[in-house]
Amino acid sequence: MNQAIVSLHNVVKSYQRGKQTVEVLHGLDLQIATGEFIALMGPSGSGKTTLLNLIGGLDRASSGEVTVAGVRIDQLSSGALAKWRARHIGFVFQFYNLMPMLSAERNVELPLLLTSLNSAQRKKNVAAALAVVGLADRARHKPSELSGGQAQRVAIARALVADPTLLVCDEPTGDLDRKTADEILSLLQTLNREHGKSIVMVTHDPKAADFASRQLHVDKGVLVQAEIA
Amino acid sequence: MKYFPLIWAALWRKKLRTIFTLLSIVIAFLLFGMLQGVNAAFQKGVVDANVNRLIVTSRISLTEALPLSQMQQLEAIKGISGVAQATWFGAYYQDPKNFIFAVPVDIDRYLKVEPEIQVAPDQVEALRHTRDGVLVGLVAAKKYGWKIGDRIPLHSTIWTRKSDGQSDWDFQVVGFYDFAGDASQTDGALFNFDYFDEARAFRRGTVGWWIVGLSDPNQSAEIARTIDTLFANSSDETKTQSEKEFAQSFLKQYGDINFIVKAILFAVFFTLLFLTGNTMMQSVRERVPELAVLKTLGYSDGTVLTLVLVESLLLCLLAAAVGLGLADLLFPLMKSVVGEVGLQASVLLGGFGVAVLLAILTGLPPAWRAKRLDIVDALAGR
Repeated sequence: MNQAIVSLHNVVKSYQRGKQTVEVLHGLDLQIATGEFIALMGPSGSGKTTLLNLIGGLDRASSGEVTVAGVRIDQLSSGALAKWRARHIGFVFQFYNLMPMLSAERNVELPLLLTSLNSAQRKKNVAAALAVVGLADRARHKPSELSGGQAQRVAIARALVADPTLLVCDEPTGDLDRKTADEILSLLQTLNREHGKSIVMVTHDPKAADFASRQLHVDKGVLVQAEIA
Repeated sequence: MKYFPLIWAALWRKKLRTIFTLLSIVIAFLLFGMLQGVNAAFQKGVVDANVNRLIVTSRISLTEALPLSQMQQLEAIKGISGVAQATWFGAYYQDPKNFIFAVPVDIDRYLKVEPEIQVAPDQVEALRHTRDGVLVGLVAAKKYGWKIGDRIPLHSTIWTRKSDGQSDWDFQVVGFYDFAGDASQTDGALFNFDYFDEARAFRRGTVGWWIVGLSDPNQSAEIARTIDTLFANSSDETKTQSEKEFAQSFLKQYGDINFIVKAILFAVFFTLLFLTGNTMMQSVRERVPELAVLKTLGYSDGTVLTLVLVESLLLCLLAAAVGLGLADLLFPLMKSVVGEVGLQASVLLGGFGVAVLLAILTGLPPAWRAKRLDIVDALAGR
């Protein structure tokens, strides 16, 4: 197994709902190797999105150790965690979450604004990212002028453009038809196999999970089974 | 600068709303520019007041006359370099809106204490020898097309002539005067006091106020006290003020312009505070998921706060620039009402200062909310 890009040890996550404390993840252990394409599956409310948020540094564990890309992110301050996300994580959401008032290229450029790249370098990287997802000719279009599949490709280009260590995808095909979903999943598979991107993807869809190199099943806050695709 | 396209796009996310908000702020700043401009024009006489002069009026009121006989007593006071009389004539030309600052003077005395007034020597001489002669200011001459030799009727709202009881006074233009450093002070006319005094129907042998020139401005307060003491307990007690104080009290005849202007602007901006604040709050509320995405991408809390604040700043500064620019363009239309008015640097600076303050006050609450946004809750729509 390659060096672990994600390592979770005895991770507990609980939320306060009114006076009640709800534990979502119960002492979870997980290792993901660099270069893997992981499908995280499980029923609604099983804790898979919570797990994904912990891996992506969007949320903090109540206890336990979360190490991603060699950094104990559970120990980082809020500011350091934001910097770490900008450097290491690319996010893809179910509903694309593009800025509606910005063109595709401006959306893709957003992560690069946090880097020291100059305008010309940013433009070059944006063009390259859009070319990778096959949308070079749609750079000037706004999200409202794109189809669902195209919008998700723009979102993937945005996730890729800063060359992150890990892609974190939350139901990236949940809002797409089968054919478009397969195209997006093939693109993710290509990014994993040909560009060496490590990917963690949450999905309900077994067909989507088949594109991953390994499937992990979460139920009631614990990993119940793991299988190699 | 690299964030500008993002901020600009966010500002115009809801075009119609932004346009209406922008318009309301533009109108507020238009009002600010015009009122402050007018205020500045009114205050100009106060600001430009000469420290070398004192103004002596009746202690009772500015409208009470003082006897001409006080002149010799004033001249005898040590430290006084010159004394000139002046009287409010309340003149207009043809139409009441054509106000003329016309003053009956002894031209030699007047020029001695008002060295800023510039007249060609031959024209001063012409006034001396033309009983009903008048020197007209350059602005007034240009405005009404007066030339030397013209006979001009000035209507006085106060003084009637003893010969026919009429208020229309006929003058012959014998020359022009300029005012060093401020052409706006030449929208007036200077004519012979002797002619005025003999021809008027009442209050002969009196003056409206004395203009007292000082040898040393540092003695101003002391000489003012000396003058008032000299006439204390007489039938014509005096009130002696610096020219600045006099200009201020003269302005107060119209009301406290400065206070009125500030009160109106305070009400306008106080209302605007809620209007713009509410718009900014609403705008940020609608963009919660987008702001959460920015944070997901690695934008720090501080960066998100700054983006929202700069957006508010951009809105207010843009509106201020348009509003103040419009005010400057509209000033020529007000010339006939308040005379020469312009957007002074201090008003411009004050306007942009108010814009920055408005932006901070209205932008900070939503910016703070954006800063404290929890990514997971915001993305989940909670």
